[in-house]
Amino acid sequence: MDFPILSVTIFIPLIAGLIILLFGRQKPGWIRPIALAASSLVLALTLIIWASYSIEKAGYQFTEYLPWLPQLGISYHLGVDGIGVAMLVMTGLVVFSGVMVSWNIDNRSNEFFSYLMFLATSVLGVFSSLDLFLLFFFLELAVFPKYLMIVIWGYPKTRNYGGMKLTLYLFIGSVLALIGALAIYQASPEKTFDLLLLENTAFSVEMQRIWFPFVFLGFAILGGIFPFHSWAPDGHVAAPTAISMLLAGVEMKVGVFAALRVGIMLLPEGARHWATWIMVLATINVVYGAFIAMIQKDFKYVIGFSSVSHMGLVLIGFASLNYNGLLGAGLQMFSHGVMTALFFSIVGMVYDRTHTRDIASLGGLYKVMPWAMVGFIVGGLVSMGMPGLSGFIAEIPIYMGVWQVAPVVAIISVISIVVTAAYILLVVRKVFFGELPKEFEGKVKDITAKDKIVIGLLSLFMIAIGLVPSLMVPLIETGVNHILAILGGA
Amino acid sequence: MENNLLFYILLLPTLAAILVVILPTTNKNKIRWVAFGSSLIPFLLSILLWFQFDQTQPGFQFETFLPWFSAIGSSFHFGVDGISLPMVLLTTILTPLAILASYGIKDQVKAYMALFLFLETGVLGVFISLDLLVFFLFWEIGLIPMYFLINQWGGAKRNYAALKFILVTMAGSLGLLLSIQIVGITTGSFDLVKIYQLWPTLTEANFQKAIPLGLSLTSVKTIAFWAFVLAFAIKVPIWPVHTWLPDAHTEAPTAGSMILAGVLLKLGAYGFIRLVIPFFPVEANRYAGALAVLATAAIIFGALAAFAQKDLKRLVAYSSINHMGFVVLGIAAAAFAWQSTDNGVIESATIALNGSILQMFNHGLTSAGMFFLVGVIYDRTHTRQLDELGGLWPILPRYGAIFVFTAMAALGLPGLNGFVSEFLVVRGAWGIFPLATALSMIGLFFTGVYILKAIAGVLHGPRNDRWLAIPEISNREVWVIAPLMVLMLWIGIWPASILNLINHAVNFFF
Repeated sequence: MDFPILSVTIFIPLIAGLIILLFGRQKPGWIRPIALAASSLVLALTLIIWASYSIEKAGYQFTEYLPWLPQLGISYHLGVDGIGVAMLVMTGLVVFSGVMVSWNIDNRSNEFFSYLMFLATSVLGVFSSLDLFLLFFFLELAVFPKYLMIVIWGYPKTRNYGGMKLTLYLFIGSVLALIGALAIYQASPEKTFDLLLLENTAFSVEMQRIWFPFVFLGFAILGGIFPFHSWAPDGHVAAPTAISMLLAGVEMKVGVFAALRVGIMLLPEGARHWATWIMVLATINVVYGAFIAMIQKDFKYVIGFSSVSHMGLVLIGFASLNYNGLLGAGLQMFSHGVMTALFFSIVGMVYDRTHTRDIASLGGLYKVMPWAMVGFIVGGLVSMGMPGLSGFIAEIPIYMGVWQVAPVVAIISVISIVVTAAYILLVVRKVFFGELPKEFEGKVKDITAKDKIVIGLLSLFMIAIGLVPSLMVPLIETGVNHILAILGGA
Repeated sequence: MENNLLFYILLLPTLAAILVVILPTTNKNKIRWVAFGSSLIPFLLSILLWFQFDQTQPGFQFETFLPWFSAIGSSFHFGVDGISLPMVLLTTILTPLAILASYGIKDQVKAYMALFLFLETGVLGVFISLDLLVFFLFWEIGLIPMYFLINQWGGAKRNYAALKFILVTMAGSLGLLLSIQIVGITTGSFDLVKIYQLWPTLTEANFQKAIPLGLSLTSVKTIAFWAFVLAFAIKVPIWPVHTWLPDAHTEAPTAGSMILAGVLLKLGAYGFIRLVIPFFPVEANRYAGALAVLATAAIIFGALAAFAQKDLKRLVAYSSINHMGFVVLGIAAAAFAWQSTDNGVIESATIALNGSILQMFNHGLTSAGMFFLVGVIYDRTHTRQLDELGGLWPILPRYGAIFVFTAMAALGLPGLNGFVSEFLVVRGAWGIFPLATALSMIGLFFTGVYILKAIAGVLHGPRNDRWLAIPEISNREVWVIAPLMVLMLWIGIWPASILNLINHAVNFFF
């Protein structure tokens, strides 16, 4: 058996988190180096996975298999396809960045960093699971750390509300999905949770049509699908910076990734039956999210709603069920993860120094934190789909995909581009340009070197993929081809 | 002639921009000279390009090809023909001059220079792209530096003007983006050379298979045609979608206006010639009359509006609408005659299109010159109001002479460049749209009126004693305008030096 690189990647943060939790109080100086070491290792390992994933061979690679509860058809089965690899790399980037920007958290820091590590294990696990039960296991692992991090370290005014709302929504979502998953298990002739076996099982058309909405909608709630999106902005705003980055950057991808892996890939006929409805909801996501983002007065809410809008594009890509749409959705999952992590990190940097997120009372920050301005502009350009950056690379195929099945959706959702441009430019102008308010003069300091590394690293990926899409496209393509084969065979 | 010359011309300004960003902030003069010096390299390379270009060959030359987004059939495919080559040259001439004109900028010099150089890449990319998606890429990228140039170094209402500029242009681009996607999906490629073959000959059945919109191919083509037209019309700008332009110009810094009027407006007209007419020959022919009417309206209203202005810079801004109207009139004539079999019509259209392309080049020279001269006065007096200026010629004799010379070129005085191109447009369009051409003469008349009004308001009349002590135009400033004046005179006296090249390309075009 080869080196179990996926298991190692998944469990490094868990072990690091346990060490921090147990010994962090005695040796507070070790907390951050351990967290940083673990997250750097994860980033390095995900990059190695990216580099060594064979595009020619395609399919699921780095697979590991251990029987766990064979009586129930549950196994410890790991493996990643092209889309999974992209998600792992994105997670590596965001977790590393999250640790870097949280460096100055002093309040109960041992718990904070250990929960952050547990979260990392949870999401890495979901992206690598090839067993439905294992997938849920990893998914639920995140619930407690997430809730605690929001209510303990979150924004004092809304953290209880935001944390509770987020937890309940996500709980409802996963319960719905679990019901669907159990139905799939019951319907499978082998009575198995193994995703590879289930993929090859032809479920009856009626069964697929009945249970698809449970699975897909359940997971899509995690991805912020309309009308169940309102946990996302509230939760993101209430959460501390690193958690906002992880929630919006990675957790929302976990939702849509699972919706793809379990919903569309196991129940392709159901997907085809319900595609129009997904398309309708997702279009509302895109347009409504953009308009709501435009009228926000709170810096962080703007980004929160922009995520709702952008995740809608991913779902539109899914619902088009063709090569272009799925390719774009995969790219958008990566691009949005990196972009929104960058956004939230910068919002956090600004808030930590000015103690306000009210757009009207900010201004002129380019003088004191030019790096933050440049980073925000790069993120903003990605967000408005500016050609030459990763957002365009993702959006163009999505639009091309949707043209082929529902041209009206393409025409309606394209409006969001101009709306996005308007709100991003307004925020950039009001927050970073203009006059620096008197009370900030001399008090607001530049961001730290660690913050700059985060901004540089995340921007680099978005620019590189925008200019050289072939870095990422063939990888996603392998995953897409597999999905298309399933859709074609159903 | 396989080489990567175009690629270097395109990429060097961006590399220079990165170099400028890396330089230390302290020495502002060094930043300026590095920016200026490095912007000369693309200029020299494009001169080389000019002389290596083989006029007798049809089609594109210096083609370079790099894979980009192969999954959806898009690649970095570059090349020039006789239509884009003058535009490349115009861009690489105006950028160093605009940078030289910006030595007075003291605030954030580094960012300013870097944005300018980056803008040059964006504009050049549009002119040399032979891939629809890459065309769009550069089309949009150019907006960003321009937005920040207006927004950061502009006048009092810069926020409003910059946002209006970018949002109006982006809104116009949405239809373009959607239409580009339709073209890309139905033809399976974004390569212009392929699309020229495939898109106009697309069959109804193939279209319905690709895009289930429930509309016939004819109606979709008509809609897509107007989407293209709208995007480019906003950029040109054609009446009635021109309103962003006076605001953007009034608030932009001097060099920003030079590039905006000199080069960015040409992108729209270039889009008409490169994309609209070849993609939509049937629709172009059908709606050429409407385009001619709009062009005539732009010519007349532009001139009248310019005449009504009290602000010198706004006057020059409206004059751009007036002058670009002639470009569009020529294009409308060409659109009418595309794939026609009538030799007389083709001859007229050839002349008109020649005039249009030359007018693009000429307007680039004169409008950049005029905006620069407005900037020179504004730097000294901090006003642009015509009733506050006046009687400046005795105080600034050198400036006065230069101003009159440039204004005469804009007016279309025979012997200078503007006359040649406007004459060609009118001569060609006459055979196709006699009424529109006749009406446009009203505009031409008012061109004379507003130019004389500007000259009178600035140089003649009662002297305002506040300006007695203002300094004469400096040597650096003369160096900005001198190359433009030489070219204006050169083209006026010996237009064949550039027209031969354009004419060959236009002949291959029809």
